[in-house]
Amino acid sequence: MLNIKCPYCGDRAQKEFAYGGDGTVKRPELNKEVSNKEWDDFVYMRKSLRGKHIELWHHISGCRQWFRAQRDTATHEIFKTAKISEEI
Amino acid sequence: MQKYSIFSLIKNAFSNHQNWDLAWKDPTPKKEYDVVIIGGGGHGLATAYYLAKEHKITNVAIIEKGWIGGGNIGRNTTIIRSNFMFDENAAFNEFGMNLWRNMSQELNFNVMFSPRGIINLAHSDAQMNTYARRGNSMRLNGIDAVLLNREEVKKMIPMADFSDDVRYPIFGGLVQPSAGTARHDAVAWGYARQADSMGVDIIQNCEVTGFDVSAGKINGVRTSRGDIKTKKIGLCVAGSTNILAEKLNMTLPIEAHVLQACVSEPVKPILDGVVTFGAGHFYISQSDKGEMVMGGDLDGYNSYAQKGNLPTIQHVLTGGVALFPFLSRLKMLRTWGGIMDMSMDGSPIIDKTHIDGLYLNCGWCYGGFKSVPSSGWTFAHTIAQNRVHELNSGYSLSRFSNGYLIDEKGLGTKTWIS
Ligand SMILES: Cc1cc2nc3c(=O)[nH]c(=O)nc-3n(C[C@H](O)[C@H](O)[C@H](O)COP(=O)(O)OP(=O)(O)OC[C@H]3O[C@@H](n4cnc5c(N)ncnc54)[C@H](O)[C@@H]3O)c2cc1C
Ligand SMILES: [Zn+2]
Repeated sequence: MLNIKCPYCGDRAQKEFAYGGDGTVKRPELNKEVSNKEWDDFVYMRKSLRGKHIELWHHISGCRQWFRAQRDTATHEIFKTAKISEEI
Repeated sequence: MQKYSIFSLIKNAFSNHQNWDLAWKDPTPKKEYDVVIIGGGGHGLATAYYLAKEHKITNVAIIEKGWIGGGNIGRNTTIIRSNFMFDENAAFNEFGMNLWRNMSQELNFNVMFSPRGIINLAHSDAQMNTYARRGNSMRLNGIDAVLLNREEVKKMIPMADFSDDVRYPIFGGLVQPSAGTARHDAVAWGYARQADSMGVDIIQNCEVTGFDVSAGKINGVRTSRGDIKTKKIGLCVAGSTNILAEKLNMTLPIEAHVLQACVSEPVKPILDGVVTFGAGHFYISQSDKGEMVMGGDLDGYNSYAQKGNLPTIQHVLTGGVALFPFLSRLKMLRTWGGIMDMSMDGSPIIDKTHIDGLYLNCGWCYGGFKSVPSSGWTFAHTIAQNRVHELNSGYSLSRFSNGYLIDEKGLGTKTWIS
């Protein structure tokens, strides 16, 4: 079981959280002309890194806040978690 | 190559089975090959076999970083089926079913293909309707499908929980009688042995570390055992696809996730087919040794660890016990995991790429065992002819940008919940 530190609530068991995928993906700016390539990259293309991976988590059975985590995808070590508004 | 038969078995008994030929050789890599297949899993081995057999291309190397059968081909729960609704999936997988039926004879290796049938259970009227629709689509595509009501399902799996007060009562189910299972290791070994006998070099303990690409063309691969020249590369590395794509400066609609399975202690025969629970992720069959073979959800976050976490196993088996209460009395023998190449629409990619001579085979999600023969056959065609076959024309890389997704389940791009 992973032990995940919610930036709002502290250490909690993995079962309280839902995963939200790659946390580096940015939606193309609103009301701006978007090329097909930009839209594909946003919707479908993922690096799925082996090693340090920045990802979104949702404390769904807790405070219900979204936040980012930096986790190693091979060892599952979690180096850092941060609020969405913070740098990671 | 020594043919395996009752006669060769008797003959070798006289020398205490000490003189059997090696099933495949252990060659040192040559300087150059016509085709290099990266990954000695089911798809890589089958591709090399069909390149040699159907296209007479035999100057081929399979480069495998570990050993033959150590990847997902030796980790799956061996379900073989073609119960798909979409035309592309139906045609591709039913083509594969025909290859499965003759595989033991063709490979002269007993892959223990056992068409024991699969039942997808339905737990609501709405689910019965979608199964009726899927069954009709299957039948229109010439695939056998039978819709069963509750009483008919009860005759087939009387040990399931049919009481009235369960959370997800069984309403009925969709059966594909010709679906089944096979012995996964035997499939890898059978293809390996035949490919080797036609001249393919199977190079184990050799990791591809980079590529030699210039002016948009493949010139070779770099490996832990030296550089190898080639004009054509077939990439068949399943869960490691993103890692090698990065070395080619490619980003793909694929994510790596771990999927677990487990087996119980062996018990006397109780379940003759494959059953999937329709109200959660859980499926089960019984191996010929008597073990109950079970699986379900992905762990749910990107992973390259070839093992999973306990909460997922617990969750999957909770569904299992709800369906088959007798499971609660069984001890689990083993759990394990494999890294899935999860695609963004749940369907695979078998295609050429923007790099001349680079061919892509990935996105198998948790269903690539059944596709080993059809994928190997169509991928060999794609590599040999430098154009896709009609059977894999839908499995293009461009479908993600042009909108022709093959999203059988319509689950969207959150690969970890599919
Ligand atoms: C628990 C579990 C249950 C499953 N159940 C089913 C099922 O019931 N039915 C079904 O149809 N499918 C099932 N699958 C999916 C199926 O096993 C896979 O989709 C399929 O095996 C993938 O193709 P493969 O056999 O070629 O992969 P693999 O056997 O994983 O082959 C890829 C190979 O590439 C090698 N490789 C990686 N990187 C490199 C490199 N840099 N250099 C050289 N070699 C490299 C790896 O070592 C590996 O051997 C299941 C999978 C799992 C894990
Ligand atoms: Zn919280």
